[in-house]
Amino acid sequence: MKSLRTLTLALAFGAAANASAGEGQIAVAANFTAPMKEIIAAFEADSGHKIQASYGSTGKLYAQIKNGAPFEALLAADQKRPALLAEEDLGEPDSLFTYAIGTLVFWSADPDFVDSDGEALNKGDFDKLSIANPKLAPYGEAAIQTLEALGLKEAMEPKLVMGENIAQTYQFVDTENAEVGFVALSQVMEGGEIKKGSGWIVPGEMHAPISQDAIILSSGADNPAIKDLFGYLKSEKAHAIIQSYGYETK
Amino acid sequence: MTTLDVRFRVDWPGFTLDVDESLPARGVTALFGHSGSGKTTLLRCIAGLEHAAEGRLRFNGETWQDADTWVPTHQRPIGYVFQEASLFPHLSVLGNLRYGQRRSAAPPPGERRFSLEHAIELLGIGHLLKRKPGALSGGERQRVGIARALAVNPRILLMDEPLASLDLKRKQEILPYLERLHDELAIPVLYVSHAPDEVARLADHLVVMEGGRALASGPLNDTLARLDLPIRLGEDAGVVLDGIVAERDEHWHLLRVQCGGASLWVRDTGVGVGDHVRVRILARDISIAHQPVTGTSILNALHAKVVSLGDDSHPALSLVKLCVDGADDDEGAPVLARVTRRSADQLALAPGMTVWIQIKAVALL
Amino acid sequence: MFLTDTDIQAILLTLRLAAVTTVILFFVGTPIAWWLSRTRSRWKGPIGAVVALPLVLPPSVLGFYLLVTMGPNGPVGQLTQALGIGLLPFTFWGLVVGSVFYSMPFMVQPVQNAFEAIGERPLEAAATLRASPLDRFFTVALPLALPGFITAGILSFAHTVGEFGVVLMIGGNIPGVTRVASVQIYDYVEALEYGNAHRLAAVLLTFSFLVLLALYAWRPQQRKL
Repeated sequence: MKSLRTLTLALAFGAAANASAGEGQIAVAANFTAPMKEIIAAFEADSGHKIQASYGSTGKLYAQIKNGAPFEALLAADQKRPALLAEEDLGEPDSLFTYAIGTLVFWSADPDFVDSDGEALNKGDFDKLSIANPKLAPYGEAAIQTLEALGLKEAMEPKLVMGENIAQTYQFVDTENAEVGFVALSQVMEGGEIKKGSGWIVPGEMHAPISQDAIILSSGADNPAIKDLFGYLKSEKAHAIIQSYGYETK
Repeated sequence: MTTLDVRFRVDWPGFTLDVDESLPARGVTALFGHSGSGKTTLLRCIAGLEHAAEGRLRFNGETWQDADTWVPTHQRPIGYVFQEASLFPHLSVLGNLRYGQRRSAAPPPGERRFSLEHAIELLGIGHLLKRKPGALSGGERQRVGIARALAVNPRILLMDEPLASLDLKRKQEILPYLERLHDELAIPVLYVSHAPDEVARLADHLVVMEGGRALASGPLNDTLARLDLPIRLGEDAGVVLDGIVAERDEHWHLLRVQCGGASLWVRDTGVGVGDHVRVRILARDISIAHQPVTGTSILNALHAKVVSLGDDSHPALSLVKLCVDGADDDEGAPVLARVTRRSADQLALAPGMTVWIQIKAVALL
Repeated sequence: MFLTDTDIQAILLTLRLAAVTTVILFFVGTPIAWWLSRTRSRWKGPIGAVVALPLVLPPSVLGFYLLVTMGPNGPVGQLTQALGIGLLPFTFWGLVVGSVFYSMPFMVQPVQNAFEAIGERPLEAAATLRASPLDRFFTVALPLALPGFITAGILSFAHTVGEFGVVLMIGGNIPGVTRVASVQIYDYVEALEYGNAHRLAAVLLTFSFLVLLALYAWRPQQRKL
């Protein structure tokens, strides 16, 4: 019985126990899934470390971390959650940094609907405008700020439909249930250009920057693999990957 | 001629029904047979509850089923009594009775409607009307089931072993009601049963079913007195005679029943003089002698003529068909006697010979 | 009141959705349950399986297919547009359609079981008492299956109240239209407003418990009928 319990514990904490042997377990915001996979592949090839990544909504990942999930670092979709973790002594304040800045795009799945100046938004010739829930997602907050800057918030309010996250927001537009939406450039960009539909890249001054912060958690403070990964995220090589997905870097 | 012409062929795995009969549409016709003989299936085909792929059914010239016609059950002018009363548990007794009554068509002009009150009175269920079926005894439920079937004013009543699910006591409780039906109802009844005593009491016409076929069909007495059938009836082989109570012997508590030319003494059961009654005489209760026997305890000794002889189920036994009143073979009341083959040989029994028969027991039904 | 106005709005919307869904399910689910309980067709298995699918399918799968089929390029979307109804996603009726599919097994299965338990005999008896097939259905089958209907109604209602995944996929989180209580709770949790989440969650928990308690307390009694 006792040996069984030991075995269970060993299995449950296997990843954590092995961290010192050049392995790390991290949590990554869902919107950064594609670039992160590429970065991890490159990082593992260059450093020899192994990284296990879980992808999910920042809110859920945060709740899991607070309740003892064995993550050693969080790459969030916002700045709020990493800052909270630092405040709550669950993360290392010194490690906090902005690893990517999202770009908002006003997008339609119809290749002719949105012009490159965003006049289509002014005209308002659509029934549904999909945005991420501004309460939950920085992209949603930025979308609202953009509408306010354009003086369109009142007019657009009845047309708004909200995705719980930027992925669902994109899904609403992609399935054409909403004609247009504010989505992340990273979702529609491939090889430096918008691959599908038509979009207007919202100028950065129309909304607060959509900064995505990363933080090393207390459990990963002494893990060289995690430290090296954070160093790698700041490298030229990683920046190139991140930018190719439509994010900016600092 | 009011008849029910049935012709059905049903082929199921392990069971075949193949019947082509013309049944009288008056009085009580019993469909008699062991379980699996097809009698219930035949009844269900007649009711339209079973749709025989091959069938022709005509009632008084009205076609209910043939190659082009199919009258669904609810449009057939039938009443149906199930083996277990199958009352609607969500309705009261009165609700059950009214269910069919409300939906049944008014009788053609000139025909009297069978009233709900009459059905309630006939089955003696007036005190049960407000109860739910769950609060009734088995016998009460069955009486309500019968009344419910009568309340639709059927032109033929189909009864599927209405007593089979009841114990002997409940059976005795219901049989008188069924006899009242027999006596008071003008409508024909098809009565499915595997119990010889029920058939003997109730039937006018008998259809013996076996293996999905009708072995014999005819008036009750004729059919029971056939020599080829009793083998299948075994211990129950015997005849049923209709008679009138002619005399009451107060001192000895006996009744004299006149059946055609034959006079029979039976125990007094309280029926009135002049009443029509039935008596049942089993083949095993009759002995045969050349001369009238004296100094015997047996009350009923009659002069009879041998009609024919036949084999019985055991090689030691033979069956003798006799005619009791000494008149023409066809006119007299037929009886069956079961005697050993040796006795038959010693007595040199042969058709046309006159003998004396002693009847050990006569049951007044 | 310890609930906010938006919470109450979400609760009222949830109750309305559940009530409308349950009523529609009575009409849609009953014929299906009847057919399943009586048919000897070889389609019984496949149809029964399709009805039961939402029991095992992740709501996100159902929601995703609904989003695609009810969208402008989906068959349902094209039909609703041709009928002049417009598109169903992000509308209350869109949620109703989703909920009807999602809660279908909770209506069909108890009713089907109830119909099967009746057996043929009471219906045959009704037929010999001059009741037409439709008449038999309404005057015999329905009353005898009533306990099954009550169970089915309660379960469908409660299950719709507890619905989340499908609503999330096709709702668009519009206050008063598609933002039901479960979505509201999700938003509170995601936004780290745990206090609000707790209050609304407690209301739903209490409701669900009382519904099931009522159901279990009532069930043993029905057997005595």
